Amino acid sequence: MTASMMSSLVPGALARFQDDFAHALLAPAGRLVTTIPPEMAALAAQPAFAVYRNTVMKGCIDALQANFPAVTRLVGEEWLRAAAAIHVRDALPADPTLLRYGAAFADFLARFEPATELPYLPGVARLDRYWTEAHAAPDADVLDPAAVAGVAPEALAGTVLHPHPAARWMWFPDAPIYTIWSRNRSGGALDDSLDWRPEGALLTRPRDAAEWIAIDAAGCAFLDACAAGSTVVAAAQAALAVQGNADLARLMSTLLAAGAFRGMSFHPQSKEEHP
Amino acid sequence: MTTILTAGLGLKPQHFDAALACPAAGLWFEVHPENYMVAGGPRLAWLEAIRARHAISLHGVALSLAADAEPDPAHLARLAGLARRIEPTLISEHLAWSTWRGAYHPDLLPFPRTDEALARVADNVSRTQDTLQRRIAIENPSHYLHLEGHARDEIDFLTELARRTGCGLLLDVNNVYVSARNLGYSADAYIDAFPGEPVMEIHLAGHTPDPNLGAALLVDSHDAPVAPEVWALYARLIARIGARPTLIERDDNLPDFATLFAERQRAAAVLRLPLARAA
Repeated sequence: MTASMMSSLVPGALARFQDDFAHALLAPAGRLVTTIPPEMAALAAQPAFAVYRNTVMKGCIDALQANFPAVTRLVGEEWLRAAAAIHVRDALPADPTLLRYGAAFADFLARFEPATELPYLPGVARLDRYWTEAHAAPDADVLDPAAVAGVAPEALAGTVLHPHPAARWMWFPDAPIYTIWSRNRSGGALDDSLDWRPEGALLTRPRDAAEWIAIDAAGCAFLDACAAGSTVVAAAQAALAVQGNADLARLMSTLLAAGAFRGMSFHPQSKEEHP
Repeated sequence: MTTILTAGLGLKPQHFDAALACPAAGLWFEVHPENYMVAGGPRLAWLEAIRARHAISLHGVALSLAADAEPDPAHLARLAGLARRIEPTLISEHLAWSTWRGAYHPDLLPFPRTDEALARVADNVSRTQDTLQRRIAIENPSHYLHLEGHARDEIDFLTELARRTGCGLLLDVNNVYVSARNLGYSADAYIDAFPGEPVMEIHLAGHTPDPNLGAALLVDSHDAPVAPEVWALYARLIARIGARPTLIERDDNLPDFATLFAERQRAAAVLRLPLARAA
């Protein structure tokens, strides 16, 4: 019986093996820390160890590339994969459904020194992430605009609109993130002129596939208020607070047509409930 | 009534329309459940459309049954939820680990086959079967490393695992060939020694030489047709143990559906041989 066989019979040997193996997998080749036991160092020195190392890294990097297609188109595959490799070592997937991998990628890009010349990149990454969230969100009906149109004006004031589970929105005060993202997401031309202005985005999945539109600051504030459970009146006030000239009728019809809501209910003080 | 599965194919989004329309008797499809563990949306709708026409097998890659830890309860609950929704004909997993201390390593990682590991894997398989309320099949992984500290050989380990937990086994013939070549043992002897009774499913796939080490290291890459040597091992296995549901696995360098279906037909023909001989 060899020494390593003896050690592997001690309770806890499997856990220690996995601690050491996981460490060796992610350590850059030839740079294992000195605390790693010699048996694991010898194992990691076998040329075949690279198969595991490469498969793990490739699986994570492939997932980030697949989940951030607009970012990839902007920076190129080589840049994206190099950046992803750094992020993977910081933040392995916590969830084996790799569609969900990359929750922290936009924040990583925001502090990634080589990306400082591309200040719009984290915002584009957030919209790629929103696309994934909209794509995988629970199925739900969309609030029919006609149902809202049928509510008496005095009742509408106490009505709460509930955002659709697939709806995601964000206001970008510093850059035309929606235009940059949507052009790169749909493979549009990259060299069209770009009007450098603030923009907002709404992504949702009213039917089979994710859809998106540009919305203004008032639309984002309105949706924020709805998500917080505010009534239509309070949400309208929130919209006007960020954008005094907001056209509220147009704002509501735009959001309803986009399928941003799953349903409505009346303010808790009212007796009536419309789920 | 039990569904009679013959030969099946790994299901790829690129082949959705052809897979949905394919009328072959006994055809089934296998998916990685991790790709469908979503709350809703087109992925699930797509799988349910296929399920309405064909039998489905869920082949997990991430329960991490050989980690020295219980399977992640959230992941196991999602697997159970998907199984309730899809009603798969088979559910399988690997004799390997991938999630460790909360981090998922997307690969099937090796471990020393000790008695400690056997006790842990058996406990994890039993927990999984209890949660899913059904028998699952455990697959032999591909091996690349000369790992010290094994107390049992792989067949002995899997046989004892099946005895303790009542689980079935998934015999991946390509993994046997790749491992035997990489570690220097006889693939024929392994195939001949594998217990036939617990085998619930068989996998066939392609492999490629490692780009750096060449033929000295074969990689279970699933990006090529099934190799002639693997077809020979498969025929040898079926002649001994009889027909079992058999999957053609292809994940990369994907050909058109007709090309994969031709490989599936070849496996289906091998599966008919024992029946023909018995008739």
